Amino acid sequence: MWDYVKLAVLGLVVVVAAIAANMARDLPYLVHMLAIMLAAAITFIWLIRRAGDPVPAANPNEYMDGPVRYGVVATAFWGVVGFLVGVVIALQLAWPELNFQWAQGYLNFGRLRPLHTSAVIFAFGGNALIATAFYVVQRTSAARLWGGGLAWFVFWGYQLFIVMAATGYVLGSTQGNEYAEPEWLTDLWLTIVWVAFLLVYMGTVIKRREPHIYVANWFYMAFIVTVAMLHLVNNLAIPVSVFGSKSIPVWSGVQSAMIQWWYGHNAVGFFLTAGFLGMMYYFIPKQAERPVYSYKLSIMHFWALIFLYIWAGPHHLHYTALPDWAQTLGMTFSIMLWMPSWGGMINGLMTLSGAWDKLRTDPIIRMMVVAVGFYGMATFEGPMMSIKAVNSLSHYTDWTIGHVHSGALGWNGMITFGALYYLVPKLWQREGLYSLKLVSWHFWLATIGIVLYAASMWVTGIMEGLMWREVDAQGFLVNSFADTVAAKFPMYVVRSLGGLMFLLGAIIMCYNLWKTVTSSPERKPAAAAVPAE
Amino acid sequence: MADNSENKVEPPSRQYPDPAVKLKKEVGTTGHSWDGIEEYDNPMPRWWVWIFIITIIWSVGYWVAYPAWPGIQSATSGVLGYSSRADVANELAEFEARNESFFVALVDTDLEDIRADDELQRFAVNAGGSVFRAQCSQCHGTGGAGVQASGFPNLLDDDWLWGGTMEDIHETIRYGIRNEDYPEARWSEMPAFGQDGLLDDEEIDQVVNYVLSLSGSDHDSALADAGAENFEINCASCHGDGGEGDYFIGAPALNNQVWLYGGSPEAIRHSIYYSRFGVMPGFANRLRDAEIRAVAAYVHQLGGGQ
Repeated sequence: MWDYVKLAVLGLVVVVAAIAANMARDLPYLVHMLAIMLAAAITFIWLIRRAGDPVPAANPNEYMDGPVRYGVVATAFWGVVGFLVGVVIALQLAWPELNFQWAQGYLNFGRLRPLHTSAVIFAFGGNALIATAFYVVQRTSAARLWGGGLAWFVFWGYQLFIVMAATGYVLGSTQGNEYAEPEWLTDLWLTIVWVAFLLVYMGTVIKRREPHIYVANWFYMAFIVTVAMLHLVNNLAIPVSVFGSKSIPVWSGVQSAMIQWWYGHNAVGFFLTAGFLGMMYYFIPKQAERPVYSYKLSIMHFWALIFLYIWAGPHHLHYTALPDWAQTLGMTFSIMLWMPSWGGMINGLMTLSGAWDKLRTDPIIRMMVVAVGFYGMATFEGPMMSIKAVNSLSHYTDWTIGHVHSGALGWNGMITFGALYYLVPKLWQREGLYSLKLVSWHFWLATIGIVLYAASMWVTGIMEGLMWREVDAQGFLVNSFADTVAAKFPMYVVRSLGGLMFLLGAIIMCYNLWKTVTSSPERKPAAAAVPAE
Repeated sequence: MADNSENKVEPPSRQYPDPAVKLKKEVGTTGHSWDGIEEYDNPMPRWWVWIFIITIIWSVGYWVAYPAWPGIQSATSGVLGYSSRADVANELAEFEARNESFFVALVDTDLEDIRADDELQRFAVNAGGSVFRAQCSQCHGTGGAGVQASGFPNLLDDDWLWGGTMEDIHETIRYGIRNEDYPEARWSEMPAFGQDGLLDDEEIDQVVNYVLSLSGSDHDSALADAGAENFEINCASCHGDGGEGDYFIGAPALNNQVWLYGGSPEAIRHSIYYSRFGVMPGFANRLRDAEIRAVAAYVHQLGGGQ
């Protein structure tokens, strides 16, 4: 019966999407409707071929790892795509000729930049978060994922969101809000998928067989709930037409700027920090086989972090039309955020006390430690850059880009790589990884790549900041903007090289993981959901 | 009896246990275990707690000193009375005060007399250079060399389109070229001889070669001779019989090797066939008079001022 309802709904979606595609007022909308139609049609055919088959009853004592396996593959795939686009736009900045004339309007920097940021944050990071959240919540709750096939809907729905966002960028459909570029249709779809994610996650936590909720799950929950709120508020908009991609935002002027950076900064805070801390709190103790350092610290820094982070957004708008009082609050809350952020670093690093020798032998632990190290560095640099005096130099310069990348490549990238290396042998029942040597190669390539990236961006950032503000004795500006761009060229080349090394490391990882699945000896699994006691 | 005890190595009175063992011994876990993960009941590091408290105290102090918490009508203004807008206004006022005498002198002095006053000229070149780098360098280059063969004129040479005296340059900067913003804008338009069917392909080829011959470039003399008549009829009225150009109507000189859109036969052919229509914005409503006069002085001394 339930199958027939699904079939009817899918059939309806196919027909409505076809009609909407026919009425489309612009190309991105047309492409999106065709994508929706195709996705619904494929699901329809897949479902109808299985309709009436006896459904094998899901064993509640077995973890549901299918969506996690798919999520791991998607994470690796989108990671490589996102890093590749990053290298391309880095090269475009160094050599503008790479904005090819024949690709104008599709593959120029302006179109590819949001493609890069969304691919790494939402496609790579998002898939990593969803996959690890599904894995961790089952293990630490000793319960199978709630909601039957809903987890599959979350996985595939999220991939459809990524495809819609990516095609939208290349075809020029954008709201122009950094990290919130997708237009209303894509936003609505993400909302549906996200609510399903929330339901699966909360459902699993609620039916857990452990008496307490593990700290990783607090962070994952904070991430899912807050991102839902941020997404809804920042994307409030009225479509110009139901058959077009364009919409008019509800917010305007300085309110719009404030909401955007409230969103933008908390995307960093809750997507890239809280969510990944959830990852850290599971995979570091597991890989190190040591207890978490301090339960008290984890409680304190969790609540302090989520309370303080939500206020810090205005530091993106120092010295703008934003009223002074809001700038003050943004800055002071960022300063107070320093220690709560470092709480996670301390708990991660100190968990290794008594297991430091593993750094020598286990490149995965090494990766996780470097991730936590970069996390600590970026969360010190962030509050420092939020100080108005520092910000007046750093704002709008490459320093910001360097800061973001030491966080994104160093922290988010490395902890995700560590988690993937941990997960793949477990998920595919292998004895171990295909090659630890290749992990070491990945580790060094990525680490040196990040150092080159961050260092070159510090140099150009501070240099251009100083050049912009340089005035002569009479108060006249000394440099033209083009002078500062020309001066940055060598560092742009170094940055591209760093990005290339990071990409190369990720490709080595994909090869290693692939060989792990295909040619590592098999291990007999014990994937039963067993409560701890 | 002689004991050898003096030579004996005494075992240390304190035992130094393995730190990991010590940790495990003194601090218990919370008793929870998730998928094998336990948690130590370690206290929060003291330094962590203290720095956290200090940042909070510092923030509260900052709120007292600076505008911070919003109310219904307005926000607390802070005891220092700080305002970022007032800060900017002060800086601007300071800049004005420092340079006021020069700005006044720039406007009061006759354009041609500015360079006679050394101090004023130095100020004008400095100020004009700064304005130039912000407003003009996008097309003319940061050093004023323009962009070769792309329609962005080089300002370092003495080949001018609309004249190179202080008055001429000043006029061009004020109103710009071929724009709708200023009725006084410099304006002239060359016919598109090919596109509008005024000359056929063969005639255009001839004129191209004639134009090339004017500047002593490589050309086909037979074609050039054949083009002389058409040049005289169609082009000479603006560009002059010998291609010397005319500042009054912005007609470029053709008898030298300075080419705004390139001096290759193809580029010249393109210019004759489709014509060209370079534009420049006017700055009369964007910059103050003193700044415009300073830019004129700056451009004038770049090399080609007349």
